[in-house]
Amino acid sequence: MKWDEFFVTGEPMIYGAMASIVLVSLAILFCLTYFKKWGYLWREWLTTVDHKKIGIMYILSALIMLFRGGVDALMMRTQLAGPDMKFLDAQHYNEVFTTHGVIMILFMAMPFIIGLMNVVIPLQIGARDVAFPRLNAVSFWLFFAGAMLFNISFVIGGSPDAGWTAYFPLAGIELSPSVGNNFYSIALQIAGIGTLITGVNFIVTILKMRAPGMTLMRMPMFTWSVLITCVIIIFAFPVLTVALALMMFDRMFGSQFFTMADGGMDMLWANLFWVWGHPEVYIVVLPAFGIYSEIISTFSRKNLYGYKSMVVSMIAISLLSFLVWAHHFYTMGHGAMVNGFFSITTMAIAVPTGVKIFNWLFTLQKGRIEFTTPMLYSLAFIPIFTIGGVTGVMLAMASADYQYHNTMFLVAHFHYVLIPGTVFAVIAGMYYWFPKLFGFRLNERLGKLSFWIIAISFNVTFLPLFFLGLKGMTRRMYTYSESTGFGPLNLIATIGSAALAIGFAILVYNIYWSFRYQPRDTTSDPWDARTLEWATHSPVPEYNFAITPNVKSLDAFWFWKKNKQPLFEGKIEEIHMPNNNGQPFVLGVIFFFFGFFMIFSWWTPAIISGIAIVIMLAVRSFERDHGHHIPVKEINKTEQQLRGDKA
Amino acid sequence: MKIDNTLPLEYQTEENSNRIFGFWLFLGAEIVLFSTLFAVYFTLWTRSGNGPTAQEIFQIKPVLLETFLLLTSSFTCGLAIHSMRLSLKKPALIFFAITLLLGLGFLGIEIYEFVTYVHEGATLQTSAFLSSLFVLLGTHGAHVTLGLLWGSGLMIQIKREGFTRDTANKSFIFSLYWHFLDVVWIFIFSFVYLKGLM
Amino acid sequence: MKKKGLLISLFAALLVLLTGCNSIAVLNPKGPVAKTQSDVIIFSMIVMAVVLLVVYVLYIYMLTKYRASKAAPDYEPPHMEGSKWLEITWTLIPVIIVIILSVVTVRSTYAVEKTPEGYESDKPLIIYASSSNWKWHFSYPEEGIETVNYVNIPTHRPVEFRLYSFGPITSFWVPQLGGQKYAMSDMVTRLHLVAEHEGSFVGKNSNFSGKGFAHMEFEVLAMSPAGYTKWIDEVKQTASELTEQEFNSLLEADHVGRKTYTSTHLTFRPAPEGEHGGHNHGAPAADSNEGTDKEMDHSKMDHSTMDHSNMDHSEMENQEADHSQHGN
Repeated sequence: MKWDEFFVTGEPMIYGAMASIVLVSLAILFCLTYFKKWGYLWREWLTTVDHKKIGIMYILSALIMLFRGGVDALMMRTQLAGPDMKFLDAQHYNEVFTTHGVIMILFMAMPFIIGLMNVVIPLQIGARDVAFPRLNAVSFWLFFAGAMLFNISFVIGGSPDAGWTAYFPLAGIELSPSVGNNFYSIALQIAGIGTLITGVNFIVTILKMRAPGMTLMRMPMFTWSVLITCVIIIFAFPVLTVALALMMFDRMFGSQFFTMADGGMDMLWANLFWVWGHPEVYIVVLPAFGIYSEIISTFSRKNLYGYKSMVVSMIAISLLSFLVWAHHFYTMGHGAMVNGFFSITTMAIAVPTGVKIFNWLFTLQKGRIEFTTPMLYSLAFIPIFTIGGVTGVMLAMASADYQYHNTMFLVAHFHYVLIPGTVFAVIAGMYYWFPKLFGFRLNERLGKLSFWIIAISFNVTFLPLFFLGLKGMTRRMYTYSESTGFGPLNLIATIGSAALAIGFAILVYNIYWSFRYQPRDTTSDPWDARTLEWATHSPVPEYNFAITPNVKSLDAFWFWKKNKQPLFEGKIEEIHMPNNNGQPFVLGVIFFFFGFFMIFSWWTPAIISGIAIVIMLAVRSFERDHGHHIPVKEINKTEQQLRGDKA
Repeated sequence: MKIDNTLPLEYQTEENSNRIFGFWLFLGAEIVLFSTLFAVYFTLWTRSGNGPTAQEIFQIKPVLLETFLLLTSSFTCGLAIHSMRLSLKKPALIFFAITLLLGLGFLGIEIYEFVTYVHEGATLQTSAFLSSLFVLLGTHGAHVTLGLLWGSGLMIQIKREGFTRDTANKSFIFSLYWHFLDVVWIFIFSFVYLKGLM
Repeated sequence: MKKKGLLISLFAALLVLLTGCNSIAVLNPKGPVAKTQSDVIIFSMIVMAVVLLVVYVLYIYMLTKYRASKAAPDYEPPHMEGSKWLEITWTLIPVIIVIILSVVTVRSTYAVEKTPEGYESDKPLIIYASSSNWKWHFSYPEEGIETVNYVNIPTHRPVEFRLYSFGPITSFWVPQLGGQKYAMSDMVTRLHLVAEHEGSFVGKNSNFSGKGFAHMEFEVLAMSPAGYTKWIDEVKQTASELTEQEFNSLLEADHVGRKTYTSTHLTFRPAPEGEHGGHNHGAPAADSNEGTDKEMDHSKMDHSTMDHSNMDHSEMENQEADHSQHGN
């Protein structure tokens, strides 16, 4: 391979990006050395197995990816602002919408959700950590390796350009000969393994490590949603693993799964992709439902309405999510009967979702509603998401879908589902749990300002797309002519997206501002909340709870506060904790290089790094690491300190 | 660390019992993985393009031998775990060794089979049918290979440490894995080979 | 909550705008199929608007009535478990709505998949529409002519488009005549359309297919039956034959303008249906032996023998896997 093929060339914007990547990396290296932070970074972060720190790293990566995906979005909107714009050429536009989709779903929404899961779940169930802390670190570093691998594609080798769905035969080696789609298959594979491990880890954590007395029906709703999500992960992600592996074989080893000759079947890819892809939507939406349930109940000062039907409806959604995949390609010509079946299953999902919406509305009833920033996002979610939901029912009707399919109507629909359904939820969750991690709240005034900008400009951006779709504008077209009449609505959408960017900028600025100026909380329960995570100190000590709580009801912490129902019984005993370890990080680095060599088909180094992975597994197998015990004296000291700080 | 001495050795610590439960969940994911590969195979198995069909390349003899070896290895693996429960280190090691040797034999025949196919002009690249066949069998074969490496490492650990809570837990999990591979093979034998030969 | 009110009125205003506006292609049908779909869309919009209204009214009521700033300082919200009857109500009503929509969906889906009502007895005009790179080829086997990037059809006669692709999956879509369907390389899909008004309609590929995707449009010109016959005669007199060599160069080109020929590529490069379906014929390069069935007249082929999926027989037997959905 020649060097000018290795690096992406000929695009001034890419040269700018390369230069800035090099400069930022150098600046980070310089700062780490100058402030002597290498040791700190290694000891406290790269080798950590603490679920809270891993959660923070997930969320930080998600924010960076939100920036990357957001820039992609802005580039697309700029190109579409008017007819015949020349900002991006077709190839560049195709790469941009592909990476936007992949990054937003897999490297932004997923890690943000998983980050919040990491931070909150062990605290919410009164546990000291997840079931397999070391494996949890492996999950994170595999995700991170996958994300970095995918992101370097835009300067090295070229990005994938066949859409985030990567339909064959377009994504095959014949029609996409560049390495772009190799990045897709390998980077997603590595990150996907990490996600699968997370799924196993959290099911075991939730089912086996709950505090005494916390029966399944006493679990907080967020914990329930994560449990169900992890079950979906276990059933859905292996399908992605297989699909990506077959893609890899087709592209790199000349197999004939999805090719245009020798028996290959392009429709098989679409089926495999969506058998994973549709449940994936629920993987990012169900935990969001859990987050909203916690926040709406907290700020209405009421328990969640219809707890049981909330659980039942989530289980129903998770089952139905595996029976609807073909609605993504009604137009593939499988006839009225098959389409009818999938239409009905798809519309059926509206029933449990509707139950949830009404339960939230009735949680508000007779409440004492406080409009804090997390609550504002949760409240904005209801009307906006309902638009996403009802348009989803419209799309589910096969005969009508023949007219919506592949149009901007569809694009508008899934943004109306995913942005209020997931993005608002993770932002709300970040505002809500931030004081638990850092001991102070994010600024409310800046928070509310950015909320209003985001909520309004979201609608300005995406509402016009419904009408563009009905006017016949298809998705993924990089330009349109003036005669189509698509211009004015597109311009409105572009203006909205710029405002959306400003809203997100204020959100990030708020984090910076609050770190510097926000007064520290004097209580560990600033929101007057209901669940166990608020029963321990903020910031949370390494061991979470000095004494394991004893749960006697749903919302145990609330009843402890109101009715003095005892929560922490028993004495402080020594606590067993896992040791930090550098192996997960090293494994992630090796996987990164393994993936990189695979992508470029450099077999010798790929085999060497493959052997290195096996050696890492063996090292782990032969190791005997039983963790360490924190003595009672030290726990007492920490507890006093944490209490003393607050006095 | 909570320890419950009334349970079998491999379950005694909370961590170890979580590991076994977690591994069951992982096997659940593996079932989905192999089911997907089977679905792909069933979709493509008649699409042999210009290449040979299943009937033309499958041979019953080596496959029967493979089946015999793997089923026996699953049995000896069970005996190894039984010896472990009785705290008999040496018999357990011997049974593990037999298990791995049988697995190695299985792998040898599978490689021989692949070589035969390739010599007959039936390669991964020939047709959709052969691609799906090679990937399904190859994934199972790769699992067996990994099992052989894992098992060898485990034997060294048992030899060094005897049966402790750690090694007992690892042995038990390994046996779950090995039995699982056997089950997958039974499906391959019935629905790939027998169906293909009919 | 000003914003929410604003949103509702905006949405309502746009809905009104929609129904009356001619620039919304999908809701401005020029044939029975698009009309059915447009009716379904408007019906579902009304139902969904009612659902939205219920949710929004409840939402605004809760938010205005129960805000903390309005509550007494010592007000303590009650503990509410939920209500069996209320929860059953908001399960059952959506179930009923879904059932109504399901009936509408299934009936209309069956309707748009076959020849439109009232045209069943007419002999359909068969046109093979195939895509390659970023252009569309239209073959009229009956008339023995072929066009590129435009298609003329007579009004009031059912047209059966048979779709396939020489490359990536594309989607054949003429919004004002009816919804889209995929064109794929290993099978032929069918789309039944009728134009009831003369005029020129935009047709396009709606499924992303690579670099030139944005420009992959064609014109559908619906003309009177007499005008159509006249056009056919004209083509036969003025245009030239489509040779295999010419066709191959067409396939390779990225974009070409409009072209017209007096023979179709189906004679030397048959569509992937019947025995040519399912990719079982090997690579396109190995197709040369298929020149022998030049004499095959596709228009006269019995429909039942090449019904729908066009996969070979052995495949038909194999129903357990995913692709049974493709069997049509």
